[in-house]
Amino acid sequence: MSIATSTPLKTANDALGIGHLVGRALIVLALLALIAAPLAVYPVFLIKILCFALFAAAFNLLVGYVGLLSFGHAAFFGGAAYITAHTVKEWGFTPELGILAGVAFAATLGLVMGFLAIRRQGIYFAMVTLALSQMVYFVFLQAPFTHSEDGIQSVPQGLLFGIIDLSKPLPLYYTVLGAFLLGMVLIWRVVNSPFGNILAAIRENEPRAISLGYEVNRYKLAAFVISAALAGLAGAVKAIAFQLASLVDVTWQMSGEVILMTLLGGIGTLLGPVVGAALVTAMEHYFAATSIPAPVLIGGCFVACVMLFRRGIVGEIRHRLKARSSR
Amino acid sequence: MTTLFGLPIQAISGQLLIGLINGSFYALLSLGLAIIFGLLRVINFAHGTQYMLGAVTAWLLLTVLNIGFWPSLVLAPLIVAVAGLLIERLFLRYLYGLDHLYSLLLTFGLALMIEGLMRDGFGAAGKPYSPPALLTGVVNLGFMILPIYRGFVVVASLIACLSVWLLIEKTKLGAYLRAATENSGLVQAFGVNVPKLLTFTYMLGAGLAALAGVLAAPIYQVSPLMGSNLIIIVFAVVVVGGMGSIMGAIVTGYALGLLEGLTKVFYPQASSIVIFVVMAIVLLVRPAGLFGREA
Amino acid sequence: MTEPHPLPHLQVRGLNGWYGESHVLHGVDIDVHEGETVTLLGRNGAGKTSTLRAITGLLKKREGVIKLKGRDLIGLPTYQAARAGIAYVPEERGIFAGLSVAENLTLPPKVAEGGMSVAEIYRLFPNLEERRNSQGTKLSGGEQQMLAMARVLRNGARLLLLDEPTEGLAPVIVQRIGEVLRTLKASGMTILLVEQNFRFARKVADRFYVMEHGRVVDHLTAAEVPDRLASLQTQLGV
Ligand SMILES: Nc1ncnc2c1ncn2[C@@H]1O[C@H](COP(=O)(O)OP(=O)(O)OP(=O)(O)O)[C@@H](O)[C@H]1O
Ligand SMILES: [Mg+2]
Repeated sequence: MSIATSTPLKTANDALGIGHLVGRALIVLALLALIAAPLAVYPVFLIKILCFALFAAAFNLLVGYVGLLSFGHAAFFGGAAYITAHTVKEWGFTPELGILAGVAFAATLGLVMGFLAIRRQGIYFAMVTLALSQMVYFVFLQAPFTHSEDGIQSVPQGLLFGIIDLSKPLPLYYTVLGAFLLGMVLIWRVVNSPFGNILAAIRENEPRAISLGYEVNRYKLAAFVISAALAGLAGAVKAIAFQLASLVDVTWQMSGEVILMTLLGGIGTLLGPVVGAALVTAMEHYFAATSIPAPVLIGGCFVACVMLFRRGIVGEIRHRLKARSSR
Repeated sequence: MTTLFGLPIQAISGQLLIGLINGSFYALLSLGLAIIFGLLRVINFAHGTQYMLGAVTAWLLLTVLNIGFWPSLVLAPLIVAVAGLLIERLFLRYLYGLDHLYSLLLTFGLALMIEGLMRDGFGAAGKPYSPPALLTGVVNLGFMILPIYRGFVVVASLIACLSVWLLIEKTKLGAYLRAATENSGLVQAFGVNVPKLLTFTYMLGAGLAALAGVLAAPIYQVSPLMGSNLIIIVFAVVVVGGMGSIMGAIVTGYALGLLEGLTKVFYPQASSIVIFVVMAIVLLVRPAGLFGREA
Repeated sequence: MTEPHPLPHLQVRGLNGWYGESHVLHGVDIDVHEGETVTLLGRNGAGKTSTLRAITGLLKKREGVIKLKGRDLIGLPTYQAARAGIAYVPEERGIFAGLSVAENLTLPPKVAEGGMSVAEIYRLFPNLEERRNSQGTKLSGGEQQMLAMARVLRNGARLLLLDEPTEGLAPVIVQRIGEVLRTLKASGMTILLVEQNFRFARKVADRFYVMEHGRVVDHLTAAEVPDRLASLQTQLGV
């Protein structure tokens, strides 16, 4: 019986997901498209997608490249949003300082949560992160500065570095794009560094990595903190962009949503989370007008992905390309 | 009036009773979760949903078919168990050979879907469900006034937990379950229909969750959302107890419920997080859980 | 076509088996006749255990013919193959830690009439009765092997698959296991035994198959053994 055996969530090794010339060309094209996008699409919508794309990419760094499924990433995303919103609105921080504060908070929280969670493996890791993030949720719910159900509203956007006026849609869009690209490049660098190779080794075979003398838990923790900080960056930017930090962003439903984005796009691919985030955001947007409730939609996507489509969109494309080139 | 630590005994015993009742639900739920995980290696995220479905089913049985509490106590868990059968046969079965995370995500998706649909059809507002006539009223225990129904819940859940424990530890079926938890292939090679055993186990877990839901219906409002935060607390309970032991799951459930009740007396602000704090401490000092063998 | 024997109790033809992508059995042919004791010999990794697992269905990815008294087993799930009349004693005994000795003993359900009663089994293995309430895995290695064998004698199956019952056991225990096997054989049980301990196998088996790299490479009867001893020893690396 194979019940007790487990296959790794992802087996392909190509970190970028697209190693070829085609891939490079695609990236350049995508960049150009992102730069030109506000001409065609409402910037606010694009900003939302970029924030979630970065969030999902940060989450994917952990699940896709270290094999750790965190079910608590909303704590970093929504937590950073609260800190940024509060420091900017109440303490008069500039946007860049506010974002920095949010990221620092997320990284610190990541250090604490990660330290506890990596003490358990596999499925327990998911349960522990979920429970810890629920604790964070309750803390935010009760802390006076978050204004519980109302959230922190009308966060002033201000001038980035004293010059860029973030209250205008286009400067705001390009600022968010900048943050997104910064995050993506960082992830790419991490994945393709010696550090990333050790993470991959841990994912493929943890006992072997231990026997090779790696302090596996340190590497896991470092990856967890980086992932948390980047999720925090996404949340902090979102708070500035939408002038709002609210409870929704720290709920377990949000942690679930980012899992779905990554799963749908392709776990362990660089671009998968971006594609998944765009799709889920768009889907929610269009289905909002119908009578289908969002949780039903999200839940249905989960079921469909898990049953029929475990590689995700980008993962599937990559698999097909590989199968063809190996023929 | 008698006091303890400057607080009236009445208040303390009242909160302890609430804690004990919550603990009963934690125990029933973590027991089901542990049984399912033990054999199927599935973390059943839909467990809170199945609890909610138990309560909602009882409510529907009453309002639509005029079927009262006592029959519902049996019928609702059966109905939810049959729904569990469908989940196991249609979905989970195909995920056993894969990483455990997939079955977690599947049950998560199902939980979202079911809760979303229920909220759409049933409305998010809670609906009252009265306890049966036989169990209404209170008794004065001297140090506290005990609503009879609440006493009944504690006793009923204890009986349910102990019955399941006896089923697993003392019967032939339980021996199959324990053996299959260790080595399901070998049990199968002895001629036991293990696929059926897996289905049965999932149904048993789902039915227990639904039983907790029916018991909870007269205490809390019946609402589609009643299970969604509960499941996370139960996850924490399970991390604290470790899923290796049935008795461990039961004891941890009651203990943490009581602790939560006590926290409500002495430091109410922390009562919603105390279980998570305990979990964090246990992770620090005994990562495998109090009763756990690392899986 | 002339078949020298009547329909074999167990007939394996062209059996192929895989663990995932790795192909470990390459067309194995084995016959075991009613009441016969047949031994599969071979070095480590030759595919002996995999052959037994393929017969029971525990090795799921398999092709070929497996017939039990003429009934095809290939399409059946493991539990139905067992119910068709197979008693399986796995490698490393497979005693359940969560079960007492008595529970381990009575775990396998009856698949046919005519198995031994618990009382008869305790007579055959007196120390099991003494320790019947201890945890299964608290027994010594030898006792665990006895328990693993005793466990399947109740269920009424007439084909016994035994995987290395003597591995790692002291000579006295090995001798005891030999006695038990001869008792079973005398009662008409059909036995397919996997062994690396050739000296032991020689005392109980009627025929031998030698496996190498997932194939049957040799076949001989007990009578042929003395003449073939030298070549056997090189084949088995003993
Ligand atoms: N679970 C498994 N996954 C992958 N390959 C396996 C597995 N079990 C066995 N193998 C491989 O299948 C081949 C046959 O193994 P098998 O266990 O059948 O050998 P054996 O003859 O029983 O050896 P031994 O005498 O050591 O028990 C070996 O090459 C082994 O490496
Ligand atoms: Mg072997």
